[in-house]
Amino acid sequence: MAVEFILIPGRTSRQGTSLNEGKYTATYQEEINTLRMNPDDMQQMQISAGDQVRMWNDFGEVTVPCISGKDELPQGLLFISYGDKSSQLMPGETHGTGMPDSKGLDVFVEKV
Amino acid sequence: MNGGVDLHREFQLRWFAGDAPTVYDLDTPYLESRLSHHIRHISHKNQPESSRIMSTVEAEPQTSTDLKIVEDATCTFCGCVCDDMVLTVEGNRITKAKNACILGKAWFFNHHIEDRPDATIEGQPASYEDAIERAAQILVNAQYPVTYGLSDTTSEAQRVAVAISDWIGGNVDTTTSVCHGPSGMAFQGVGEVTCTLGEIKNRADYLIFWGGNPAESHPRHFTKYSLMPKGEFVPNGRKDRTAVLIDVRRTKSAKAADIFLQIKPRSDFELAWALRGLAKGIDPDPSVEEKTGISVEQLKQVMDGMKAAKFGAILFGMGVTMTRGKHLNSEAVLALARDMNRHTRWVAKPMRGHGNVTGADNVVSWSTGYPFGVNLCRGYPRFNPGEFTTSDLLARKEADAALIIASDPMSNFSQPARDHLASINSVVLDPKLSDTAKVATVAFTTSTYGINTGGTVYRMDDVPIPLRPAFESPYRSDYEILKAILKRIREIQLQAGS
Repeated sequence: MAVEFILIPGRTSRQGTSLNEGKYTATYQEEINTLRMNPDDMQQMQISAGDQVRMWNDFGEVTVPCISGKDELPQGLLFISYGDKSSQLMPGETHGTGMPDSKGLDVFVEKV
Repeated sequence: MNGGVDLHREFQLRWFAGDAPTVYDLDTPYLESRLSHHIRHISHKNQPESSRIMSTVEAEPQTSTDLKIVEDATCTFCGCVCDDMVLTVEGNRITKAKNACILGKAWFFNHHIEDRPDATIEGQPASYEDAIERAAQILVNAQYPVTYGLSDTTSEAQRVAVAISDWIGGNVDTTTSVCHGPSGMAFQGVGEVTCTLGEIKNRADYLIFWGGNPAESHPRHFTKYSLMPKGEFVPNGRKDRTAVLIDVRRTKSAKAADIFLQIKPRSDFELAWALRGLAKGIDPDPSVEEKTGISVEQLKQVMDGMKAAKFGAILFGMGVTMTRGKHLNSEAVLALARDMNRHTRWVAKPMRGHGNVTGADNVVSWSTGYPFGVNLCRGYPRFNPGEFTTSDLLARKEADAALIIASDPMSNFSQPARDHLASINSVVLDPKLSDTAKVATVAFTTSTYGINTGGTVYRMDDVPIPLRPAFESPYRSDYEILKAILKRIREIQLQAGS
């Protein structure tokens, strides 16, 4: 069953270090393609670490592995490193600012 | 009259491009001579002391490869632009980077010379000359070209990119538009009470980090500029400072804060407005707790601390600008800092990400009068975020060619914008292979600024800092390539009588 979340794309230090090694390295790709979720939300959705989840909104859809965000994330909040996957969920509209809604995206998630 | 305008325009644009006619002409760009001078003195050990650049010194070669020590080198990975690096360089590799943070070490250790062609045309290796010709033809023949990126290159190269945009009657925009662009709009709305990082280091006894995670994005900000260092008026360093973190996530930065306000997503504006009320002695409505997740009592506690401070600083990140509200969020935060000056000294500074994104703002501002999203199609600058910003121009399928410098919009723009960028002619300059370089019509491999190339970058507090390159690259700099493109564009235009 799909559950609604708020997605926060952002930077991590692992992304920053692996970026310099190259965007096509396994570490960088793993970092930008992994979703983090509150452990209680994972339990309620019967998601184990590494399970694939489908995440979508009005603008796009991605399938990514999910791991625990530990105590960083409150329930209802998701985190993913900026990159191809997060960009697929961003709208083209910027509401006259030049900046697409890039954080705080409404998304639905279900276990694949 | 037209002749006068043209003369003025000629002077202005040559000046933009680093070619002020009264001092330099197009064939003797001052920067190229300055850079080669700089690199030569780093590379050859027997130069006289007086001719060495600043504190760059060399050690005796210990192996068959040159071993050099470059002191006071500058890291250009993030907006901190730390200029106290001590680099050990062996041949074409940096093997030690003393004082660098984890991100800085990754930056210095991984920008070695890669085996890639100087240039490609439609994905195939091409000569540099052919690539320059094709790039110039693409840009000069476009109806609505857009120049974008510029946050990871020198200000000298940024200046040339603005000149190209003006000569071809295009649009110039930087990664600021998808970073702190909303803050740039807010500056125009409410102003910016500002200072340098040096003042924060020496004076700030109350710090609010808002919507940012410096522990991961700017690792040395805490230790070099804001939280930890001992300063003239905060002699005990961390003990003399109070730190508040405001974020929706309990990030790694939370451990460094005395007070952590974990707000609900998309409530930055309401929180800032409630604090503005308290700054003026007005109690916020209790519903602010339900909206923000922070009680009025907690807000009053923070406000009491803010009023009691001698020097306070709000350092805000993209959690503020990228969330719904955007420039209104930034305006609220900047206005809060302004309001606090009725009580004591307060400033607000955006935490800038890329190494020279602040330089891009500065160069585009003093070249055109506006910081980003500038349209030059009519022969004079126009500024309108949402209309002349690159994400919009691409998503609306308006731009028909792109010049992308040191940026990877194919990785971080919205899908409609990426789809359009992949469908038009583009010229891309990047030291590394990227998704944007892969779809480029013409792609240039460049040297890396700060490691191979000298020049100027601006720290996040608008302080310009010189670069001290570590070793030479076989690839050309952004500046050199852009100058060649500009030169060829002007030749084509002059031949066509325009």
